[in-house]
Amino acid sequence: MIKFNRFYNKFNILSLILILISLLLLIFKGLNFGIDFKGGTLIELRSNYSKINVKSLRDTLGQIDLGDVSVKKFGNDKDYLIKFENENKKENIIEEIKLNLDKSFGNNFDLRRVENVGPKVSSELLRSGIIAISISLAVMLIYIWIRFEWQFSLGAILALFHDVIVTLGLFSLLNLEINLSIIAAVLTIVGYSMNDTVVIFDRVRENLKKYSDIKIFDLTNISINETLSRTLITSITTLLALLSIFFFGGEILKGFSLAMIFGVVFGTYSSIYIANTVLVRLRVSQKTILKDDEKI
Amino acid sequence: MLYFSKSRIILVSLLTCFFIFIASNNILDPSKRFFNKKINLGLDLQGGSYLLLEIDNTPVIDQKLQNTTTLLRTYFKDNNIRIKNLILNDQKINFEVSEEFIEIAIDILNDENSDINPYYPKFKSHEFDIINNGNFLELSFSRQGLVELKTSSQDQALEIVRRRIDEIGTNEPNILKRGNDRVLVELPGLDDPMRIKSLLGKTANLSFRFVSNDNQDSFGVEKLKYENDIDEDFVSKRIILSGDNLLDAQPRMNNQTNETVVSFTLDRVGAKRFGKATSSGIGKQLAIVLDGKIISAPVIRDTIASGNGQISGGFTFQSATDLALLLRSGALPAPLNIIEERTVGPDLGQDSINAGMFALIIGFSLVIIFMFFKYKIFGLITNITLIVNLILLIGILTLFEATLTLPGIAGIILTVGMAVDANVLIFERIKEETKIEKNNIIAFDSGYTKSKTAILDANITTLLAAIILFFMGSGPVKGFSVTLGVGIFTTLFSVYFIARLFTSIYVSRNKNKEGLI
Repeated sequence: MIKFNRFYNKFNILSLILILISLLLLIFKGLNFGIDFKGGTLIELRSNYSKINVKSLRDTLGQIDLGDVSVKKFGNDKDYLIKFENENKKENIIEEIKLNLDKSFGNNFDLRRVENVGPKVSSELLRSGIIAISISLAVMLIYIWIRFEWQFSLGAILALFHDVIVTLGLFSLLNLEINLSIIAAVLTIVGYSMNDTVVIFDRVRENLKKYSDIKIFDLTNISINETLSRTLITSITTLLALLSIFFFGGEILKGFSLAMIFGVVFGTYSSIYIANTVLVRLRVSQKTILKDDEKI
Repeated sequence: MLYFSKSRIILVSLLTCFFIFIASNNILDPSKRFFNKKINLGLDLQGGSYLLLEIDNTPVIDQKLQNTTTLLRTYFKDNNIRIKNLILNDQKINFEVSEEFIEIAIDILNDENSDINPYYPKFKSHEFDIINNGNFLELSFSRQGLVELKTSSQDQALEIVRRRIDEIGTNEPNILKRGNDRVLVELPGLDDPMRIKSLLGKTANLSFRFVSNDNQDSFGVEKLKYENDIDEDFVSKRIILSGDNLLDAQPRMNNQTNETVVSFTLDRVGAKRFGKATSSGIGKQLAIVLDGKIISAPVIRDTIASGNGQISGGFTFQSATDLALLLRSGALPAPLNIIEERTVGPDLGQDSINAGMFALIIGFSLVIIFMFFKYKIFGLITNITLIVNLILLIGILTLFEATLTLPGIAGIILTVGMAVDANVLIFERIKEETKIEKNNIIAFDSGYTKSKTAILDANITTLLAAIILFFMGSGPVKGFSVTLGVGIFTTLFSVYFIARLFTSIYVSRNKNKEGLI
């Protein structure tokens, strides 16, 4: 049996530091919002002309007044991603860009993807994203409250907060783009982390009924160990699936799968080291759950 | 309960076969089958354009208020109610009523059968709110009045957008209302939305009016620019003929001038009016105005009584075709702005499908290999379950003709990764049970029973996340929540019916073998 409970304090401090750093990053550095949430235009180009590079593309686009333009390679040497905010609200801007590119490089470009999000829509999308995450946290809180006691609910929700905040903090640190699919990833992380926590909690509750003489400090450790191999196997298979999306699923799914990979790792960690330690700190005992049974 | 009744085995097998059959529709040609549905590919996979249009209702509101102002003036005049200082300002109509008529005026406006201020019984509200302050009355749109106006302009806009898109002839466009002032247009297979965008961006308000040479008269005349944005002319505000009177419009080649023109046919009322105007106005210039700009202003040489005419204005064949199309399909009630656009080219869509499928195959293989090494014979059972699970998932998506998007494929891959969870929970529990219980059948039975709550809780939490995502997410992300959510049900089915069936067969044949799992 691994003595997870030996490190409860140390990892709690680590988690607090991680959350603090993440919050500081989110406040001072902020998130790198994509056009979904910031508004603007995105164009994915494919060239079949070897002499094109990021610099020549940028120079050509510089001739048009687009404001702040970002030009990046996208996955390989042929594909490029152009982003700008289109603050001047020019109409037919895409046609203009296409003409300009054709003039400078000959007809060597394919517009593979064009996305254009107005400021009104982007702020709506951001708002509904924030609402979705808030609702999901609230729903999880209520669900666990119904299924378990409030101490469990608090533990699970703190673990969820940790996962969401640290994942977003990491995205801020690495300057990765936040778009609609990242919101989907965060919601799935919420589901996954909850799933992981619930399995251990289920065992904690079962053991609480079984052993009246074991303190919660050791009881959580027993429960973690009993469910450990399941925790690991599920994490591994989920990570295998996610890694194959990350490496083979194409550029568009990269951010999504990366967020999920972080989330699965944090989720697995937090269900052991946050959710359970909350139970320990709240001194959950056999009484906690029996009282509730009597009520019914 | 490891026992399975024969009927249940047959039922499960039939159901599985049925879904294999349905799922195969997506690979084989289903056109000859009695059930020929397929999974829809989202715009991000098959390529196409997604356009969200917002109706700018300001002109409609202004127009309606303008009409109401005129209506008020004539109505009160006809009924000998003296009003003064009737003005329309900042979307509010203000006027003053003489002392003795104020009660009557308010009664008229608050009457449920009022012609000026219609009453909507279903909302229990009038079109306009009335505020009275002494002898002063102020009319402004009520909340419901505004909703009613927006809804009706949305209905009209939807109809016109549909007609325009149908005229262009793209395949299976999807045109839907969003909120009460937006129209969503999905155009599968369209990789260059430029033309449609420019066609939807035009209101196409056509009018024929006389050019006025009397520059002094500023009341009934307005100064309008030509299409080239340089030349201007004074044009009478009186509309002789509008686009509503058009029956048909077609691009034509004028043989005499060798110019592309748009020829039109008027309805009876229009032809009559046009005939009258052209006979009385010989020698005058008739301006053809589209969306506030003069296309051309030819001099009338002859009376045109046939109801047929031509519009010239330096068109190319393309622009003549587009103008004819716009005139045929009618004018929008208000301008439309494109507030969101997402276009994916067909080759990127195909690349995404290929990448998604490749990732699915790799992810699936990795999970299968891992499970086999971890659980051997039970890993094999899990893997069979996983394959059935995948077929069921694809089958259900096919049955409901769900839309598969790229994030949707990610959801399927993720389902594969997470689907083993339930089986793992059961097997790990059984492992624990076999340590205290020597009888394999009892150990397996209690393994299934005791793991049930954890499995249920774990799946419900994921399902809740998927449901929230379904209602809050948009477009491709919605596709993810669908596959993730459906995946949970197929997982539970395959674990409790398929995997348990195989497990029970294997265990009952090896009742007393030690270290079974």
